[in-house]
Amino acid sequence: MRKTPKIINDPNACAAELLDGLVEAYDGEAKKVGAGSIVMNDLPDGKVALLVGGGSGHEPIYHGLVGRNMADGAACGDIFAAPPPNIVLEATQAVDRGKGVLYLYGNYAGDVMNFDMGAELADDEDIRVETVLIWDDVASAPPERKEDRRGIAGLVLIVKIAGAAAATVDSLDELVRVTTKARDNTRSVGVAVAAGSIPATGEPTFELAEGMMGVGMGIHGEKGVRVDPLCTADEMAPQILDIIFGDDLEFGNGDEVVLFINSLGATTQMELLILNRAIKPLLAAKGIKVYDTVIGDIVTCQEMAGLSVSLLKLDDELKKYWDMPCQSVGYSKM
Amino acid sequence: MSKANLNLEEVVAMLDRVADKIISSEPELSEADRNIGDGDHGLGMQRGLTAAKEKLAEGGFPSIDKAFVAVGTAMMSSMGGASGAIFGTLFRAGGKALKGQEVFDSAGLAAFLQAAVQGVQDRGKAEVGDKTVVDAMAPAAEKAQGTTEANLTDALEAAADAAERGKEASKDMVAKFGRAKTLGDGAVGHPDAGALSFTLIMQAMRDYVKE
Repeated sequence: MRKTPKIINDPNACAAELLDGLVEAYDGEAKKVGAGSIVMNDLPDGKVALLVGGGSGHEPIYHGLVGRNMADGAACGDIFAAPPPNIVLEATQAVDRGKGVLYLYGNYAGDVMNFDMGAELADDEDIRVETVLIWDDVASAPPERKEDRRGIAGLVLIVKIAGAAAATVDSLDELVRVTTKARDNTRSVGVAVAAGSIPATGEPTFELAEGMMGVGMGIHGEKGVRVDPLCTADEMAPQILDIIFGDDLEFGNGDEVVLFINSLGATTQMELLILNRAIKPLLAAKGIKVYDTVIGDIVTCQEMAGLSVSLLKLDDELKKYWDMPCQSVGYSKM
Repeated sequence: MSKANLNLEEVVAMLDRVADKIISSEPELSEADRNIGDGDHGLGMQRGLTAAKEKLAEGGFPSIDKAFVAVGTAMMSSMGGASGAIFGTLFRAGGKALKGQEVFDSAGLAAFLQAAVQGVQDRGKAEVGDKTVVDAMAPAAEKAQGTTEANLTDALEAAADAAERGKEASKDMVAKFGRAKTLGDGAVGHPDAGALSFTLIMQAMRDYVKE
């Protein structure tokens, strides 16, 4: 298979160079800290801090979600690799304003180990840290084993809520409560149709036969529900929603949701919009009201083709935080 | 030639040999990880041991435990990912068990491996049979417990063999951790990449003392 031509410099310097470029894209609102973190400038004293992070190569997440009423900082790892503990610590120290720091990131083994070690180092420095893991991928484990579920595109909605809450609440416990509620109210399912590549080697991140789709497949090609011949958008939409509605979170008549249709990289806005056209009437048929729609490529894996659908079920409190404006390179809302 | 023990200078040389072995094995490790993971294990290990080599070259270690710990710290802080946490912990936890030791001998090897596997299990929560590095480490650690009276060469020979067998046994296991987990039965037939790395580390240590 033909390798995707990459417009880069040193294949092994991609993570460091993209971070430099990202900092530049903030035009002075954020700065690079330590070996691999990006942190907002001018964080006010007494602010409860929100730190996100994970491996690079999935831009614009996580580091592109640093912003106003969004994350205060991000700890960035190498391509597809969790940030090491020293980077987590540097980011923690840079965002802490005396009220403690919430770590919010996807539930992957490497991230959990490294952030936990970072939290231990932060504890040595008398910085209080709490953690909320993102595990919105319904297809990755049954509901009774949520702690085995992966974090995928639903993270954008959860970070948006957490970022708004972090700008408002006056205690870390309160931020943990709101963020946990947003996490528990979010469900996602992805469909992969072609692998992305590892920038350093050009090799595909996983194998998927041409013309096939991995329903429920993870953003690194992790096993999903089934592999089927690729279908049309109209046929795909009910399959995705059936998996979400089959889960333990009830979506029913009168519920309001934020709908997020995410491209994994190569799938175009055209395709996302065509899927959106198919999703909307299916939600309406169940009496579910879409409060806000987000369409975009925010959680990607290089030129991986595929998409995901995420639903965040709102209540009055979550709606208040959703309505707050926010600004970041990865996601902004008026 | 079989060495009974290594002094500080020899320990540093042995660790440098370990680094060279892993760095040159990058294609093999990458291939192993591509079969069951996301294919980045080899590059991560290469990055980590390149950083470790630099630390070893700087020298200035007051004792052998500090040389092992320095390798772990260099790996942990340069690699990230699950591999950085696991292999960093392996050398750091194992190294700390050598505190106060003047030389590295077969009893030291047993202490190193015992503490290393305990540290890795505490960090990653993996048990034997979960298709992780633990499946190569635990048999090597157990073997080393029984060879503390032997000279270091024989002890390393036995431990490296045990690691190799453990790595081979991991082929038939269904992964419970990491990205391999999500492949389920799809990963059966391939060894765990971390178990392969650990086996190469043990073999490089063995080869150093055999010369």
